[in-house]
Amino acid sequence: MIRSLKFYEAIREATDQAMAADPSIYVMGLGVPDPKGIFGTTLGLAEKYGSERVLDMPTSENAMTGIAIGTAIGGMRPIMTHQRADFFLLALDQLINNAAKWRTMFAGQMKVPLVIRLIIGRGWGQGPQHSQSLHSLFAHIPGLNVVAPSNPYDAKGLLMSAMTGDDPVIYLEHRWLHGIYGNVPKEVFYVPFGQAKITKTGSDLTIVASSHMTLEAWKAAQLLSQEGIEAEVIDLRSLRPLDESAILQSVCKTGRLIVADDDWKTGGFAAEIIAMVTEKAWCRLKGAPQRVTYPDSITPTSWALSNHYYPGAKEITSLALKMLDRPMRSEALLAEILQQRMLKPLDTPDPSFTGPF
Amino acid sequence: MICTDKSILLKLYFEMLRIRRIEEAIAARYPEQQMRCPVHLSIGQEAIAVGVCKALLQTDQIVSSHRAHAHYLAKGGSLRKMIAEIYGKKTGCCQGWGGSMHLVDLEHGMMGSTPIVGGSIPIGVGLAFAAHLKREPHLTVIFFGEGSTEEGVWAESLNFAALKRLPVLFVCENNLYSVYSPLHVRQPLSRSRLQIARAHGLHVDSGDGNVVEEVLEKSQSAVAHIHSGKGPVYLEFTTYRFREHCGPNFDNHIGYRTHEEAASWETRCPLKRLSHQFDDESIRQQIDDEIIDAFQFALNSPFPEVR
Repeated sequence: MIRSLKFYEAIREATDQAMAADPSIYVMGLGVPDPKGIFGTTLGLAEKYGSERVLDMPTSENAMTGIAIGTAIGGMRPIMTHQRADFFLLALDQLINNAAKWRTMFAGQMKVPLVIRLIIGRGWGQGPQHSQSLHSLFAHIPGLNVVAPSNPYDAKGLLMSAMTGDDPVIYLEHRWLHGIYGNVPKEVFYVPFGQAKITKTGSDLTIVASSHMTLEAWKAAQLLSQEGIEAEVIDLRSLRPLDESAILQSVCKTGRLIVADDDWKTGGFAAEIIAMVTEKAWCRLKGAPQRVTYPDSITPTSWALSNHYYPGAKEITSLALKMLDRPMRSEALLAEILQQRMLKPLDTPDPSFTGPF
Repeated sequence: MICTDKSILLKLYFEMLRIRRIEEAIAARYPEQQMRCPVHLSIGQEAIAVGVCKALLQTDQIVSSHRAHAHYLAKGGSLRKMIAEIYGKKTGCCQGWGGSMHLVDLEHGMMGSTPIVGGSIPIGVGLAFAAHLKREPHLTVIFFGEGSTEEGVWAESLNFAALKRLPVLFVCENNLYSVYSPLHVRQPLSRSRLQIARAHGLHVDSGDGNVVEEVLEKSQSAVAHIHSGKGPVYLEFTTYRFREHCGPNFDNHIGYRTHEEAASWETRCPLKRLSHQFDDESIRQQIDDEIIDAFQFALNSPFPEVR
């Protein structure tokens, strides 16, 4: 049965269905059983599965990650949540030294089926330490899976795969996606890791994105259509493993590439994709690949500053117009963007778009 | 009650001597440069591993740190697989992925060792939490050095273990040094690790880590406490590493500790205390035969292939 669900409801449904099927799954995180239930994603689970399987935890990110790893080695399937990815930085030791390595380091004798749900904040003054994406950092580490759904269908399907896999998964949720609608089958289904999705087909250029930036890329493709330019939008869904062939096939068709990434430019995941494409499809490129990213600075808090920080659909569109030899249109759009940035706060999700796409 | 049963004491002595001679064999062959990974020898610290593990069942689990040989062997880990692992061979306990610092033998409850200071402490608490959630009867022992008690993750782990009354035994081996850094430059002398653990709600005790029967007795009490459902226990034993932090040599001459200090600990060697009672040629021969076999096994084993 196909219904429309919000992104956060899809996460809750997936968790509920997986917990019903497998008693070794438990959910742990600060605030998991509280009245807000991690932005609604864990609401009702404690009542249904009890306090041993749906539990709050001490504010000890590093030890609690190690403890989750220990339970995973011991036969459980922990899901750990953090209401902002930034807090999880305290646990990088356990994540990188233990979770990512344990299985291979001990020659495959143990497995670490651990899901870590990290929420990326944005808007309303989230500022320097409540808004970091960090996916580039996680995707650098062998032994981790890194997924970042952009819509409710993938939110459920990727989480189902994460909860039934045998290796640690970083599951990134952008806060501005929780309210997005989309069609989600009621029954259990799986979206496999390492398979990107073409959100819109096109032959003039390829836009690669993930998570919330996929929405911006999709909106940019609509704007470009109005200009007679057909962009192909690739939603990565999974950053590690990466679906290289989907990206390469598209770039071989279009010859032009923009990577739009909710992250910093230097050493970021956008650079990784562009490096991969230039290594493997150099002769098919009609021009230099381009990036749309955050500036290389910390996230400011005041909307007067953050308005200039976050790129979106129009920035992608302007860059695409420039790449496709429409400098006048590109410049005009840029001027429009700059004007908008001065007018009013752009620090809440776009109310004109709540999905599906 | 301190054990005076001769047959048990003989077993304890045998286990300690076995570990000592294994590690001396590693030290003797290390300069051949065929064991191409760091080794942190437990020579001088055998009594804690042996005494604690003697209080455990095979189904009980342990985790350890960089200095893991004694724990692995005392828990029953395969000697052949350990030596092969140090030689980087396919037949090693990690098939060449781990080396000396990553020992594992699941069959005997040795769940793994890691060298990041304090890194395996929450893993051990997690294993105990899994047992608690699955209503399994075994307990978990976490071996770590006193340097780990300077890590935040130690206190975080004590807190959670006490919060959930987990079946876990924390065993701190205080050998007075973190590499070359003595305790007094790292912790105020008034800092009581026991009091810290007690303040978290753990039952605590301490003892002489070079007196194997004392370690056994305190471990048995700790195990009984845990099995009675009263929650986790923190034990701390003082001891002394006879050789350098990492490697096969003695290093008392380089200046971070005095010859006098080392000599005084030498008189408190956990083996010397008992050797006059139990040492005999046939025991040594039995151990040495096993060691020769293990090295032969390791040397004859193939290297792992690149996947």
